Amino acid sequence: MTRAAQGVGLLRLAGGMALTMLAQAANAAYRVNFQEPATKIAQAVYDLHMMMMYICGVIFVGVFGVMFYAIVKHRKAPGRVAATFHENTTVEILWTVIPTIILLAMVWPVTKTLISMRDATGADITIKATGYQWKWGYDYIKGEGEGIKFKSVLSTPREQIEGKAPKGENYLLEVDNHLVVPVGKKVRILTTAEDVIHAWFMPAFAVKQDAIPGFIRDASFRAEREGTFRGQCAELCGKDHGFMPIVVDVVSAEKYSAWVAEQKTKMAAVADDPSKVWTLDELKTRGETVYAQNCSACHQPTGKGLPPAFPALDGSKIATGPKEGHLDRVLNGKAGTAMAAFGKQLSDAEIAAVVTYERNAWGNKVGDMVQPSEVKALRK
Amino acid sequence: MNTATTANGHSAGHDDTHAHHPTGMMRWITTTNHKDIGTMYLWFSFAMFLVGGCMALTIRSELFQPGLQIVRPEFFNQLTTLHGLIMVFGAIMPTFVGFANWMLPLQIGASDMAFGRMNNLSFWLLPPAALLLTTSMFVPGGAAAAGWTLYPPLTIQQGMGMDMAIFAIHILGISSIMGSINIITTIFNLRAPGMTLMKMPLFCWTWLVTAFLIIAVMPVFAGAVTMTLTDRHFGTSFFSAAGGGDPVLFQHIFWFFGHPEVYIVIIPGFGIVSQVISTFSRKPLFGYASMVYAVAAIGILSFTVWAHHMYTTGMPVTAQLYFMYATMFIAVPTGVKIFNWTATMWRGSLSFETPMLFAIGFIFLFTVGGFSGLILAMVVVDVQMQDTYYVVAHFHYTMVAGALFSAFAGAYYWLPKWTGHMYNEKLGQVHFWLSFIFFNMTFFVQHFLGIAGMPRRIPDYALQFTDFNQISTVGAFGFGLSQLLFLYNVITCIKGGPKAPAKPWEGAEGLEWDVPSPAPYHTWEVQPIVK
Repeated sequence: MTRAAQGVGLLRLAGGMALTMLAQAANAAYRVNFQEPATKIAQAVYDLHMMMMYICGVIFVGVFGVMFYAIVKHRKAPGRVAATFHENTTVEILWTVIPTIILLAMVWPVTKTLISMRDATGADITIKATGYQWKWGYDYIKGEGEGIKFKSVLSTPREQIEGKAPKGENYLLEVDNHLVVPVGKKVRILTTAEDVIHAWFMPAFAVKQDAIPGFIRDASFRAEREGTFRGQCAELCGKDHGFMPIVVDVVSAEKYSAWVAEQKTKMAAVADDPSKVWTLDELKTRGETVYAQNCSACHQPTGKGLPPAFPALDGSKIATGPKEGHLDRVLNGKAGTAMAAFGKQLSDAEIAAVVTYERNAWGNKVGDMVQPSEVKALRK
Repeated sequence: MNTATTANGHSAGHDDTHAHHPTGMMRWITTTNHKDIGTMYLWFSFAMFLVGGCMALTIRSELFQPGLQIVRPEFFNQLTTLHGLIMVFGAIMPTFVGFANWMLPLQIGASDMAFGRMNNLSFWLLPPAALLLTTSMFVPGGAAAAGWTLYPPLTIQQGMGMDMAIFAIHILGISSIMGSINIITTIFNLRAPGMTLMKMPLFCWTWLVTAFLIIAVMPVFAGAVTMTLTDRHFGTSFFSAAGGGDPVLFQHIFWFFGHPEVYIVIIPGFGIVSQVISTFSRKPLFGYASMVYAVAAIGILSFTVWAHHMYTTGMPVTAQLYFMYATMFIAVPTGVKIFNWTATMWRGSLSFETPMLFAIGFIFLFTVGGFSGLILAMVVVDVQMQDTYYVVAHFHYTMVAGALFSAFAGAYYWLPKWTGHMYNEKLGQVHFWLSFIFFNMTFFVQHFLGIAGMPRRIPDYALQFTDFNQISTVGAFGFGLSQLLFLYNVITCIKGGPKAPAKPWEGAEGLEWDVPSPAPYHTWEVQPIVK
């Protein structure tokens, strides 16, 4: 390759890069830009980003236009003598001051948007989002729907992840229970976590807020249109960080009221009678469901675990030993490991059921059972 | 600028000093010679570069298509963690210490580094640290899997691999601190008569600033991981809310180290690029003094912007505003550097040997990384991009196209001085173009992934991210394989090739070109006098 050809090649490539960047800025299509905004704030963020892309694009083309002009025109040639200048105070002051002014011009509108983005006052509905390894829990704590609470777990089947079944349209972005909010109402999300740091990320709303164990942070949004919106946990939270999506349904006020009524009825129906005495089969059936939602990600559906980080339950000393020890581990977790204290997450009946299930599933044949009343007695 | 009045022709007669030294393995274990130690640093970092690169390729293979194919999620997290730690602490930092060892004494007219034995020790601490990191993959529970940022409480849940990583970080920190003390002392005390600070080549200046940054922040990082260690084993609760601590405290400490750290890995590269651009433009560096001030300003400002890595932790809006404005101002001195390099090339007499290609590639791509950094600095935009692939693309533009490309520029620039042979120019240029193209293929598309909302550090992704991930993976393999060309070129250059003159580059300035090529074992035993 001759020198000239190299130079032209470099130039062409650079031109191509610049064009790609401009095309990216100009093209509002979903694939190379943000998801279509569903809140005013998200729209403002979208516009600010575009503005910055244009400014950066112009500066980029300007600076490298000069450089590539030099690359083409000022290359070594017979008889060419390099200039010897090496300073110019005026120019140096100019290219310090002008960028400062451009930067201030860029950052000012960002300041205004930021202040409105962080204003979470005057919320119509307040929902607490709790990050668990690896699912989200939602508590409607204020406004219409107060008292509703549920867990939201990935619903993509294991077979799709392992390539044993064709992947669905919303692969890895689907959950069993959607978060439902009314359109046009201001929703305040309080984030916290039970175990490690997670982050509640909903791109269409321009909301990303870390969920920090032991602390409560907030964010808010007012969705402008109805629809189903999908996001994911955005802070590395261990093994299944990539498998705890967030799905929000934005619905009309009427649909929202209907949904609230439906949830209340459902919750009343499934509320467990605390004095009920369960049979072994009832406990095992219920326990299998609880196990699938809370335990199988680590300990696996087969109970074989993923040793040594996630021990097997099948044949384990704890799951086949005295039930007090087993209950203690499930209720209080094990410090320094990913084994959470499920006492805070699950009801007495759920803990009784899952412990009974674990003692009598796979190769474990202890044969005894735990009643919810025993769990209640053990809680501190 | 630098004119040596003392010829160094007599140093060939001193080659017999080899006889006083052990030979074979013992030569390398006991050496206090800055050139030997520099060579070991460079080989070590290249080896680590390959190890970290293999991890990156495994990560990219898993991400070639949706679904889990090659690795399990828990192992995937170990790979991303070790890839980060190894590349930052095992590859990039030691590379530049290697350059410093080789070139600083030559450039300032010193016979060696100030503390020979400490120099030896600071190198020999690296292999045990590297062993701790790499072998941690094989202990029960596997390696640390909390990301290179090591955020608790996730770090509290890990197995003994985390403890091994913590000890490795301690050792690497001690090594870098000793290296920095050596560099500062050498620059302040061993300069040749007449070599005033403001006459030093820019590489010396950038390393001086970097060395101060390392001494200031490595102890902070050591403190953070030590607190993690005591939280893990000795019942403290620095980072646990249940015991009165705060997980976010770790992030503040980490990034108080971490932000200066990103400048630690790039600033020596600024020095190399400045010298290479000036040499191949056959023109003095434009704005030498403003370059020095810009580097110092970047170094100082780097301590004031750490929480821009933490916009989404829920800090008060006033804190977000402060960190946004402070971060913006770093763009000013960075811009000054880019403008100065462009002005250096303006009306020069340019030629495009491999070092120059890498230097121009550096400026071009580092500017892309600078612009994406500017966009990330804007809090509201960062809320969309924090912890997505946009961030991954951004810091690879500064770390790979920035730090690594500048290291390649430096390696090709000084290879003739180190080996006494010219490298294969054609192969060098092919290496540049393949690296340039495949680098962009790997990382440019990751901007789009991040903007569309793909989180980082996930082993599996939703279907709409497939196309760009496939392009990225193909690019990564192309980039990785291209680096074998560099290895081949270096080895053949050591073994033979056209004899290099003392000053192989027409436009080069500086004392290192006054000694023969290859540089004799001992140089500047009689200090030159710089006019």
